[in-house]
Amino acid sequence: MTRVLELEHITKRFGTVTANEDVSLHLEQGEIVALLGENGAGKTTLMSILFGHYTADVGTVRVNGAELPPGKSRAAIRAGVGMVHQHFALAPNLSVLENVMTGTEPLWKLRSDRAAGRAKLLELSQRFGLAVDPEARIADLSVGECQRVEILKALYNDAEVLILDEPTAVLTAQEAESLFATLREMAAKGLSLIFISHKLHEVMSASDRVVVLRAGKVVAERATKATSKEELAELMVGRAVKRPERPPARPGAVLLEAVDVTLGGKGGASLLGISFKLHAGETLGIIGVSGNGQTTLAGLVSGLYPPDGGALLVKGQTPARHDVPHAIAAGIGRIPEDRNVEGTIGDMSTWENAVLERIWSPEFSSRGVVKRAASKAATEAILRDYDVRGATVDGRIRLLSGGNMQKLILGRVLTAGPDILVAAQPSRGLDEGAIAGVHERLLDARGRGAGVLLISEDLDEVIALSDRIRAIVGGRLSPAIPAERANAQLLGLMMAGDWSAAEQIEAEAPPHEI
Amino acid sequence: MRFERREHPSTTLNLLAPLGAVLAALIVAGLLIAIAGANVFEAYGLILKGAFGSRLGFSETLTRATPLILTGLAAAVAFRARLWNIGAEGQFYVGALAVAAFGMIPAVAGLPAPLAIVLCLGVGAVAGMILLLLPLGLRLKFGVDEVVTSLLLNFIAVLFVSMMIEGAMKDPLAFGWPQSVPVPDNAVLPKLMARTRLHAGLLIALAMAVAVWWLQARTVFGMRARAAGLSPRAAAFAGVPLGRTLVAVACLSGGLAGLAGAIEVMGVKGYVTTDLSPSYGYSGIVIAMLANLNPIGVIGAALFSAVMFVGADSMSRALGIPSYIADVTVALSLLTMLVALFLTQYRISR
Amino acid sequence: MSLLFDILSSVGMWEAVLRIATPLIFGTLGVLLCERVGVLNLGIEGIMTFGAMVGWLTVYSGGNLWLGLLAAAAGGALFGLLHGVLTALLGLSQHVTGLGITLFASSFSYFVFRLAVPTASSPPTVEPFRAYPVPVLSEIPFLGPVLFNQTAPTYLALGLVAVLAYVLYRTPLGLAIRMTGENPHAVDAQGIDPIRLRIGTIMAGSALMGVGGAFLTLAAFNSFFPTMVQGRGWICVALVVFALWQPGRALLGALLFAFFDAFQLRLQTVVDGVPYQLFLMLPYVLSIVALIVMARRARVPQALMQPYRRGER
Repeated sequence: MTRVLELEHITKRFGTVTANEDVSLHLEQGEIVALLGENGAGKTTLMSILFGHYTADVGTVRVNGAELPPGKSRAAIRAGVGMVHQHFALAPNLSVLENVMTGTEPLWKLRSDRAAGRAKLLELSQRFGLAVDPEARIADLSVGECQRVEILKALYNDAEVLILDEPTAVLTAQEAESLFATLREMAAKGLSLIFISHKLHEVMSASDRVVVLRAGKVVAERATKATSKEELAELMVGRAVKRPERPPARPGAVLLEAVDVTLGGKGGASLLGISFKLHAGETLGIIGVSGNGQTTLAGLVSGLYPPDGGALLVKGQTPARHDVPHAIAAGIGRIPEDRNVEGTIGDMSTWENAVLERIWSPEFSSRGVVKRAASKAATEAILRDYDVRGATVDGRIRLLSGGNMQKLILGRVLTAGPDILVAAQPSRGLDEGAIAGVHERLLDARGRGAGVLLISEDLDEVIALSDRIRAIVGGRLSPAIPAERANAQLLGLMMAGDWSAAEQIEAEAPPHEI
Repeated sequence: MRFERREHPSTTLNLLAPLGAVLAALIVAGLLIAIAGANVFEAYGLILKGAFGSRLGFSETLTRATPLILTGLAAAVAFRARLWNIGAEGQFYVGALAVAAFGMIPAVAGLPAPLAIVLCLGVGAVAGMILLLLPLGLRLKFGVDEVVTSLLLNFIAVLFVSMMIEGAMKDPLAFGWPQSVPVPDNAVLPKLMARTRLHAGLLIALAMAVAVWWLQARTVFGMRARAAGLSPRAAAFAGVPLGRTLVAVACLSGGLAGLAGAIEVMGVKGYVTTDLSPSYGYSGIVIAMLANLNPIGVIGAALFSAVMFVGADSMSRALGIPSYIADVTVALSLLTMLVALFLTQYRISR
Repeated sequence: MSLLFDILSSVGMWEAVLRIATPLIFGTLGVLLCERVGVLNLGIEGIMTFGAMVGWLTVYSGGNLWLGLLAAAAGGALFGLLHGVLTALLGLSQHVTGLGITLFASSFSYFVFRLAVPTASSPPTVEPFRAYPVPVLSEIPFLGPVLFNQTAPTYLALGLVAVLAYVLYRTPLGLAIRMTGENPHAVDAQGIDPIRLRIGTIMAGSALMGVGGAFLTLAAFNSFFPTMVQGRGWICVALVVFALWQPGRALLGALLFAFFDAFQLRLQTVVDGVPYQLFLMLPYVLSIVALIVMARRARVPQALMQPYRRGER
């Protein structure tokens, strides 16, 4: 075996923060290595050093035995290392061929040789089984196809080492499976691959070797065959984190009911006639692959958009007006899908972020004038009661970590004592400790009688928290199954749109639970 | 070289930014003065003397600052909500024209002065609002960027004024000069200093600055407008009605610019011409930025600009340096302010 | 009716269309280049003013006409550099920076002009570009004088449309420029520095704006006076949207626009009872209409007005 890539004793500090400390990592030809670690473990910094976007304070990078000059962004690419980014670096308005060819010819060449480029692209696409139409516009492609283009782009640069950053983050289950099949084939044909992930099951199923990164250090290296999910989980987190247990539900009256709701997607998938009931004291989990209408559903219940057809009944009534203030006034608490884009405004202060969504209430304003003292006092209470660290009432919220930002959002929502809680992707991007905290809060809310609508893409989370589970597929909801009957396989079927088993289970359940 | 975001932007830096920006602009302008062959210190001395050195100069500076405070406020409130109102110039003119037109109604001349003044100010403000609601409507309805439309409307507005003062509103007693009929006497703003042009409009402008500050810093509307500007999606999620908030901001912004025109015609000139504004509308943009969009800061920034404009006139007569140096300095201070603001947010590291 | 026919069938009218279109073509191509690389350049109004002044000043102080155009291009590029450093390198607001450059460049132009010509009641003139009849082709009836009896910069503008289209769509550089306007991260990942590319492209675009301004003083008129650009720069910004960011359509837009302008100028002289200001408003109104019509169809460069800073998403 030959070592195609070696990172040796890499250390990188940003001010007082050490992002990487003495990290060493190597890759053999034809091998698939998983780089496992939580957010902030230093994976991204390490890759940025490899690609010359950062210069390491200490350490060297070797490709095929030759040392790369530090801080040269083109060096790694020239040496045959390609990166497939999690957020695709593609131009939606340009064609596949144009995206692939950008930067591959001398900039000042008088004519671009598109015919040659096209031939090379088609040859690569055939060799590795990555079918694409060179003339298609990126905007017209599916997410999976876009990823193929990203991989082809790296291969087009004659990459022999491929780094994939969280490659399955945006893929459907089927797309992820076919991706890993492709990666296997590529490795078999002599390419070497590193994929970065924090998902244990895919690390277990797709890699030959796992390197675990925690707090900037390599804490373990295992042959995949010789380890287990449990061991990796503990290595990644550094301690055994126990997520809270779900006590039995005591479902009460129906709090929220959707009756055949249709809603055109606002930048997401549409809802095509969904019906569900949410009872007091229970959690209804909505599982699904990203892009199947979750965002639209969350927006609907959060009061952002009124239904186009059908009805959304809150405590048996159609709300007088379908907007955010009425939703909140009716007792709906909302945890947004994206804390940074929807949940908070980075350049406003903590207290403004805490009260903005209820600024109309007499608690925080009277006759259009903000009650600043009361607002700040309420924020102070949230920071204290919800253990939000690193925040001051007047400071900008931008500086908070994801976990603390989520605590603040939970705090502002839960202190209002909502009867209905919509939590969209509540633990996305959080580390294990923070996830456990979020789960505890959601279970507490349920325990005091609130109905929780949990919209998530995380199987473990949905199974752990929900009393009943529905899958959302193409803007429709599957039948509901009780959590006790849920397992990965059944949920996989449901998410893929095969609802026969779920229908049977639903038919067996007592009618009041539906 | 790379730029790192400062985690804790310091208040001191924020306060120093405009001073540094003005200083940098003055240094560059000083270079130009030197190249033009004059003594820089003498020139700046003359500018200060022209602006402050006499009762008349001082009153002129304050008179000049009055419309600048209002157009500066117009830009500041709009920019805060990320409404790119570049049309203050046009709004200024229609505000002024509306007052003159309103004054043509016979009944107005018979009103008691305070009522006539208040009504005229209101009419001017409403005219300004309407001119800004047009581009905002196009943005909300068709997604047309309001920058270019509000800019183009400036030209249309001035041509419209020109058409009116040569046509239906032409003063028959003006020996053929294209100017509007004068504002009725009872709508003329009272003078603040005898034998100067300084008028009560200054007090209105100052009051507006305080009122706008209060609106922005203390009211639900102010908080929502800022949220809508900083992050429309998060604001929408928090229940801020984006369209309505923008319309309200546009009314305020256009209203302030229209008010500036009304006050200028009621306080200084008495009638409308097409050179009523030496680009007060555009200077307002600079002033708003120099003030870092702070309404109280607008007063200071407007004073700085007024000093430059008034002082440069008298300096120019003495030294033969073109008085455009004032425009150059003010425009430069916008660019240097942008850089200064950047430096308060980022630090340069290697 | 016959009146309309007279106007539309006159050679002078159509000759004027190309003449009026020329500065718009330069300006629109300049804005187009900047926007294709992801930067809105509202400095155009000021840069055109500066180009007009510098071009005129160069010739007035003894330089030849081509040197005047070159000086205008260089001046434009210099302001482009300033714009590029502020917007592409520092990532400052493109709206405010552009307006700042417009205010600065115009007042600076007036300042220099007044310095050069301290006291003159009527602005001093230069000998402008003369029409250059292309041999043989200009003999073609009607089309000949319309198309082939223009000044040299007009031919240059027409040629530039083709050159720019070729560069944008057929060369690696053009691809990199378009890509930067769509997704600078992608360009960076491929080892091209999007910031440098942006600055360079803004300079090139601004140079074109400068030349467009110089056409006003060196071909359309023969002297410089303040406010002579009259919003032509803003019209160019609108025309780029109308052109859906394509050079060919930019030419079409400029010609269409110039047609209406030439037409209203002639209509003014023959129609009684309509205030001339209404005719003068026409170009600005048309620009707004063009924006409305195209707003929904426009395929805006995705990274337009998005500052790019390494490591920030």
